[in-house]
Amino acid sequence: MSFSISLSVNGVTREVALDDPRVTLLDLLRERLHLTGSKKGCDRGQCGACTVLLDGRRVNACLALAVACDGAEVVTIEGLAAQDPSGADGLHPVQAAFIAHDGFQCGFCTPGQIMSAVGLIREGQAGDDPERVREGMSGNLCRCGAYAGITEAVLEAQRVLTAGDAGHEQEDAA
Amino acid sequence: MRYEAPETLDAAVALLAGESGLAKVLAGGTDLLVQLRSGMIEPALVVDIKRIAETRRIQEESGGFRIGAAVSGAEMGEHAGLKAAWPGVVEAVELIGSTQVQGRATAAGNLCNASPAADSVPALVAAGATARIVGPGGSRELPVEAVAAGPGRTSLGRGEIVASLFLPARGAGQGDAYLRFIPRTEMDIAVVGAGVCLTLDGDGRCTRARVALGAVGPRVILAEAAAAALVGTTLDEAALDALAEAASAAATPIDDKRGTADFRRRVAGVLARRTAVIARDRAKGAAA
Ligand SMILES: Cc1cc2nc3c(=O)[nH]c(=O)nc-3n(C[C@H](O)[C@H](O)[C@H](O)COP(=O)(O)OP(=O)(O)OC[C@H]3O[C@@H](n4cnc5c(N)ncnc54)[C@H](O)[C@@H]3O)c2cc1C
Ligand code: FES
Ligand code: FES
Repeated sequence: MSFSISLSVNGVTREVALDDPRVTLLDLLRERLHLTGSKKGCDRGQCGACTVLLDGRRVNACLALAVACDGAEVVTIEGLAAQDPSGADGLHPVQAAFIAHDGFQCGFCTPGQIMSAVGLIREGQAGDDPERVREGMSGNLCRCGAYAGITEAVLEAQRVLTAGDAGHEQEDAA
Repeated sequence: MRYEAPETLDAAVALLAGESGLAKVLAGGTDLLVQLRSGMIEPALVVDIKRIAETRRIQEESGGFRIGAAVSGAEMGEHAGLKAAWPGVVEAVELIGSTQVQGRATAAGNLCNASPAADSVPALVAAGATARIVGPGGSRELPVEAVAAGPGRTSLGRGEIVASLFLPARGAGQGDAYLRFIPRTEMDIAVVGAGVCLTLDGDGRCTRARVALGAVGPRVILAEAAAAALVGTTLDEAALDALAEAASAAATPIDDKRGTADFRRRVAGVLARRTAVIARDRAKGAAA
């Protein structure tokens, strides 16, 4: 049985034929669309390396069936900078903050950490409390133990992004 | 494996009832996908309920809330009214996995997966929640504690699904809470979970209580003797001691890698007591 789905990935509409309904969103991205930035660490929801934004929310791509994503909007690490290139070197501010604060060593967990941080900042729940940032990022494991840098990077990116929002609001008001 | 994503409950029930092989409901998929990918289960049919509009809504009903079976934990946490009325239930749901998992995981899926350690279930049982079951024979309302039959098994019949969960109107002077014990602070499975919901009258005397314990039996335990230890008291030290003792006595845990039976029995008492104190303070806030 073959299924045809259409979804938006990083702003581009992709039509994909699936021969097996058990294909996950992660396998679709990596194996069919060759977007290998999203990593497969555990394939069972425990490590967060596959984190993407699905209709604006951070989710584990390994826990979503691709067929169930028909009509969905997905943003992966490959498409992040295009959404907001205001960070250093045309990167997204969260990417730039990870570089500035050494938020990684080997880099395997990094795409998931960054997508998760983008989700966390959008949720607006963590404020500037490092403890709440750590809690909000607890679904992303880092075997290299770069947690200290990751927490600093998230706090810094949050400052930059929320200051940006306040700026826009002032513009809107003017 | 066949995948279907019907748009009505009737269509979902017809698909499930018409399948002769193993048929599974797919809600958030945070349990099902793991089981599917590891080969633990090989369903002939998966029915995704996320495209059914009425499973995606939280609606006010008779002063309480009806929560569709495909509403995610994150959506429950974002619902201000629900959070204010049933903070214990929302806290329990928010303990499920990471934020990424909560973006998908549902309370109904937590219930139907029937893990003895499911976090939302003791809180729902304590709150007196019911589940609306729809099936080939029509629709019925079942107390949440009657849904799980044993580890990984439910009492649902062929073709039946949970359409929604219902949390009753929160009464005056009522408060609920849920706590779990895990060796880490995040991302772990409960060694013991305790849900408490109680009502205080104007003098701070407990008129009604429900105590539910998770992970200390094959399914969540509604500990009636533990609740009885609170009713009629002001939740003073003596009453809390009696509650702890009754909760430990109600627990029927096993030894496993997460803890020994003896340890779990003791933790059940300690945790029930701590949870009751939070519920009491919330009830006082609600009475004021
Ligand atoms: C990394 C990780 C961490 C986790 N941490 C926790 C935790 O801390 N605490 C906890 O309790 N759980 C935890 N879980 C388990 C899981 O996330 C929860 O049980 C979740 O609530 C399941 O909901 P779901 O919507 O994803 O269910 P699904 O996976 O869609 O379904 C679960 C089961 O219930 C059945 N089902 C679902 N909906 C219905 C329905 N409406 N009617 C009939 N049957 C139905 C399905 O067929 C399946 O058998 C974790 C999972 C992961 C991957
Ligand atoms: S690969 Fe998805 S969470 Fe680990
Ligand atoms: S940087 Fe190596 S796993 Fe995180």
